[in-house]
Amino acid sequence: MDNLLSIVIFMPALAALILAVFLRGEDEAAQRNAKWVALATTGITFIASLFILFEFDPNDTGFQFVEEGEWIMGLTYKMGVDGISVLFVMLTTFIMPLVIAASWSVTDRVKEYMIAFLLLETLMLGVFMALDLVLFYLFFEAGLIPMFLIIGIWGGANRIYASFKFFLYTFLGSVLMLVAMVGMYADAGTTDIEALLNHQFGTEAFSLLGMQVVGGMQTLLFLAFFASFAVKMPMWPVHTWLPDAHVQAPTAGSVVLAAILLKLGGYGFIRFSIGMFPVGSDVMAPLVLWMSAIAIVYTSLVALVQEDMKKLIAYSSVAHMGFVTMGIFAANQQGIDGAIFQMLSHGFISGALFLCVGVIYDRMHTRDIDAYGGLVNRMPAYALVFMLFTMANVGLPGTSGFVGEFLTLMAVFQVNTWVALVATSGVIFSAAYALWLYRRVVMGDLIKESLKSITDMSRRERAIFAPLVVMTILLGVYPALILDIIGPSVAALVTQYDTALAAAEAATQFAGN
Amino acid sequence: MSADLTIILPEILLAVFAMLGLVVAVYTTKDGMASALLWATAAVFIAVGAWIGFTGEGTNVAFNGMFVEDAFARFAKVTILLSAAAVLLMSEGYMTSRGLLRFEYPMLVVLAVVGMMMMVSAGDLMALYMGLELQSLALYVVASLRRESVKSTEAGLKYFVLGALSSGLLLYGASLVYGYAGTTLFSGIVQVAEEGVSLGLLFGLVFLMAGFAFKVSAVPFHMWTPDVYEGSPTPVTAFFATAPKIAAMALFARVMHDAFGGAVADWQQIMAMLSVLSMFLGAFAAIGQTNIKRLMAFSSIAHMGYALMGLAAGTVLGVQAMLVYMAIYVTMNIGTFAFILMMEKDGQPVVDIASLNMYAKREPGKALAMLVLLFSLAGVPPMLGFFGKLYVLRAAYEGGLAWLAVAGVIASVIGAYYYLRIVFFMYFGDADEERLNGGRSPVLYVMLMASALIMVVGIINMLGVEGAAAAAAAALVN
Repeated sequence: MDNLLSIVIFMPALAALILAVFLRGEDEAAQRNAKWVALATTGITFIASLFILFEFDPNDTGFQFVEEGEWIMGLTYKMGVDGISVLFVMLTTFIMPLVIAASWSVTDRVKEYMIAFLLLETLMLGVFMALDLVLFYLFFEAGLIPMFLIIGIWGGANRIYASFKFFLYTFLGSVLMLVAMVGMYADAGTTDIEALLNHQFGTEAFSLLGMQVVGGMQTLLFLAFFASFAVKMPMWPVHTWLPDAHVQAPTAGSVVLAAILLKLGGYGFIRFSIGMFPVGSDVMAPLVLWMSAIAIVYTSLVALVQEDMKKLIAYSSVAHMGFVTMGIFAANQQGIDGAIFQMLSHGFISGALFLCVGVIYDRMHTRDIDAYGGLVNRMPAYALVFMLFTMANVGLPGTSGFVGEFLTLMAVFQVNTWVALVATSGVIFSAAYALWLYRRVVMGDLIKESLKSITDMSRRERAIFAPLVVMTILLGVYPALILDIIGPSVAALVTQYDTALAAAEAATQFAGN
Repeated sequence: MSADLTIILPEILLAVFAMLGLVVAVYTTKDGMASALLWATAAVFIAVGAWIGFTGEGTNVAFNGMFVEDAFARFAKVTILLSAAAVLLMSEGYMTSRGLLRFEYPMLVVLAVVGMMMMVSAGDLMALYMGLELQSLALYVVASLRRESVKSTEAGLKYFVLGALSSGLLLYGASLVYGYAGTTLFSGIVQVAEEGVSLGLLFGLVFLMAGFAFKVSAVPFHMWTPDVYEGSPTPVTAFFATAPKIAAMALFARVMHDAFGGAVADWQQIMAMLSVLSMFLGAFAAIGQTNIKRLMAFSSIAHMGYALMGLAAGTVLGVQAMLVYMAIYVTMNIGTFAFILMMEKDGQPVVDIASLNMYAKREPGKALAMLVLLFSLAGVPPMLGFFGKLYVLRAAYEGGLAWLAVAGVIASVIGAYYYLRIVFFMYFGDADEERLNGGRSPVLYVMLMASALIMVVGIINMLGVEGAAAAAAAALVN
């Protein structure tokens, strides 16, 4: 199959089109059809993507399954995956069926809801597979539209504010990247990502508006991309859109946001910032490392005082993303390995935690921590699942959360011990807020009247959690599953990064003499 | 002489058609045949557009250089003719049901279009002014088509007074240019300008640019736009937002490149300022609007800012970007105005944005099409509007105006807010009483859907517009 990637990408979009054109009515049968079509499509997409995984050769560090075609404006329609992106593709296709299954209780405008999620899947897959700058940007930005609608239409009480903030914040972050892309096109004469990875962007310092720009064009390009990815990630201090968006989004929206959309930023950092602007990354790395360390400590402290469960998990996501950026900009093998691992594992864990909140929210229609307590008495299975993911969120050895945190901390320790020291304290804080949340919601006596009749998880809910539980534990005890696939590509990237830095260093010394 | 007439044949035919139409209608059933005349006009537009588009070849000059028929003119003419035809078709139902459909309306539109075709083919300051005035006079009249409405007559009068002022500025500039260049022919002016722009010529250039900026409604010469858009009958507003904009923009490009092509440095900064001011004023001023027609007026000001960004680059790519941008802009606006024309309650037109509350629940298909158009107007990928923006950004960046590109994208974020506000009303509101009903015109529906579809499908290959625009730009800039 020569166009396996295109098939995987556009299958959900095709299903969305079919739903939009052929499904009529708002009655129960139509709703059920919409749900089943969406579930079947995402399921088939997952199975199709398994072919990518099985056919993928980890030892080939180049792009595989490449498709290329002419497009407008001298751009190319080019798709491909390498060791860095292939697992994000898998994460997306893996999470989406679960997300659809978790949306079974939606009753308002079901057809539109499913269309939005199917389109979102297409766009997210496109981001990870695109090998053309503009194509990447197209998928990256277009994802805002369905997410904007998902938050705005099916969100909570304050959804309008949250959806506008989400859209405008991330849009503002991204447009500078667009100008940078135009600049890269002008400089390199191509928008092919594969070619750009081998293109050396200027590193000679120049002055701009009276300021000396160390690292020259690379630093400017880095900053433009940074504006976009840091907002998407999100990094402190531009993270404030995330808690709002998470709290107001419907459960499925939160899951997609936490599990996949946040990873677009991390993927972008690895692919573009580290891959294309090594000198710019090196210049800015200390700043990014400290921002990450601050993010880890600050947002963990903020998470401690939250009254709303979703908000607490949202802040914990920001903290975990801090480990990711820290690992990436340590820019060594463990760091980037750890960052990718952390992103994948966070995809499972945070997705599962938002689903955990969704389970009790569906029953009680509140996310207030104070409204719960003693759930273990009526919901033993739920208590068990929730505990597993709480522990994974804390980073308990044996769960996938541990591996990522440990690798990134180890990596940054070699680069900047102080950052590592500060960041490690975040591990303790995360244990504090996560365990405290668990204690207040699940443990204790069941004294609240309203909770006396609460029921344990249904079979559908158990089925949704099962794959997540398996992945979290499996990756925790056998991380080589992931590291073997990403290892060679990351090694090649790190080598290229170091070579570029050494070359720039030599050039500077040469100029100095 | 006969060769000259062959080149200008489409314009002559259209002018003859307009006069014949007037004579026939006056001596027969008058307004009774307005509807038939309107359909005939649209058909003629499409036929002439196809004729020009498919048979035109090379560069032909008529009347000693006063009239230039090249790939650039053809691109502009085809776009003008097709958009004018689309707007005419859209206006029929609206005009008829409100008793506004007089036989003069289609004929005035024909005359305006002839003027526009003259404008984009002008090779001389005299020809330019002739085309411009023919267009403007026809437009002043259609703006006040609703004679008994204070707002409509006010719109017409305001347009006329300010338009006359801008024509005055333009004439003054033209006379200065003539005085210092010794010729009104663009091909003569360009030779003089290449040797260095004297102060007098520079003054003339600035006045000319002020006149053009008024016609394309670029800030700070935009004041007439919101009032005229609001006061005119909606189909006329749709017309104002499309064909005359292309004509004025094409004329702008032609004068800047054909007459002052050797002096890019002298006008580039002015153009960049016009562009940046238009983008920001359009973005900010639209935020507070509650009337969708006024909102579209500011939106068009902002869009003209982006198109001017292409011109400001002063390169082949810049002109090409401007043409592509205008083609996309016109397509989006036709769809959007088709939607606005369908906004009515109990037969009365509604222009309040808040009336769209929960529109998506009642009319999911139309709301979805409008959603696509709004995101396209905002320049969010994957809609075609994004590629228009990308084109001008690239032209500006490669033309050495990186700061303008940065300003442009920031303005586009601000602008996104008010487009999103319409989405907010259509999709996020709470269910309440029905504020809109009716508006089931098949023509409008088709226009809306076609325009939305083009915004999505067009990204595959831009429907061939790209190649035509490239040829047009190459013909203009050499």
